[in-house]
Amino acid sequence: MPDQVLEVFRYLPDSEDEPRFENYEITYRDNWVVLDALNHIKEEQDPTLSFRWSCRMGVCGSCGMMVNGEPKLTCETFVRDYDTETIKIEPLSHFPVVRDLVINMDDFMEKLPTVSPWLIRDQHDDPDEGEYRQTPAQVAHYKRFSMCINCMLCYSACPVYGLDSTFTGPAVLALAERYNMDSRDQGQADRADVVTAHEGIWECTYVGACTEVCPKDVDPAGAIQMLKLSYALDWAKGVVMPKGAKK
Amino acid sequence: MTRELHRPLPRSWWLRKATYFQFMVRELTSLAVLAYTGLMIWALFASSGDAAGFSGFFDFLGSPLSVWIHMIVLVLALFHTGTWIALTPKVLVLWRDDERVEPDVIAGVNAILFLAITGVVLWLVLG
Repeated sequence: MPDQVLEVFRYLPDSEDEPRFENYEITYRDNWVVLDALNHIKEEQDPTLSFRWSCRMGVCGSCGMMVNGEPKLTCETFVRDYDTETIKIEPLSHFPVVRDLVINMDDFMEKLPTVSPWLIRDQHDDPDEGEYRQTPAQVAHYKRFSMCINCMLCYSACPVYGLDSTFTGPAVLALAERYNMDSRDQGQADRADVVTAHEGIWECTYVGACTEVCPKDVDPAGAIQMLKLSYALDWAKGVVMPKGAKK
Repeated sequence: MTRELHRPLPRSWWLRKATYFQFMVRELTSLAVLAYTGLMIWALFASSGDAAGFSGFFDFLGSPLSVWIHMIVLVLALFHTGTWIALTPKVLVLWRDDERVEPDVIAGVNAILFLAITGVVLWLVLG
């Protein structure tokens, strides 16, 4: 295998007006992930290169970048899987770039708490009475939606978010469904204002790219379609049984 | 304050990826369904008017142009229907105890129902 070139997006707002690409030659190593190659470049070739990373094991969700145009966690994307001589590395699409491969994630962080991603109860039981228990079947209903690591790859793949950043977005809506489906939660109605707003589920046109790129198989596209059905049924019940639907 | 770089999505975004392209094709094929709905509304008005008007509409239906339009619309409508059947397991998630019913089973049942209802309609119209 010949040596490879990493074509890396550079944006240095303090010293340069425009972004550019810079090529770095790396010696091919079979066991390297893209993040290893970037760390090697930073340590050996160019200490000014900026990017985020932390756990190196696909858990923290920090190292998301565009690799040859696809949103990827660079800590689990092997260099050997790219038979091209050049691998193009860019910051995640649809987010403002702060510097090089570092994006501004404020928009996502502000949207995250808006769907109240925690257990909402009408009344809390006395702690002395024990835990809120669940059967394995009840856990299975929401478990896949609880695996999100907030890596934002789904936002980077979603053209709806790319065209209109007011869209609440795949990961946050999937999180709303995660709690709505939790047998311990009673907050579906409390989340309705945010989830069913124009910027919420109804802005999703089901492109499905979010589910394709999710490194944890969360299936945000599926979660959003399920939210559409459950809130539409809630609305219909409210029309047919206006008194019964009210708390 | 750091000067951030904003990168707007280009108009050609839907050509970047097969998934995006398939999405656009799916959305555009809905126009064929809309066009056929227009034809049905035309049929409704033609049938409620005088005999000459309905005869003209009937003649159009038998013309080569109409046959071509129907064939093209049929292909596009079938593709569009297929995309909706493929979507059903996303919306309709069923559980058998703690095991999820396979998405292919749900899509398959929907496909069989679609074919069965189509068969009944054809039998009523042509039988």
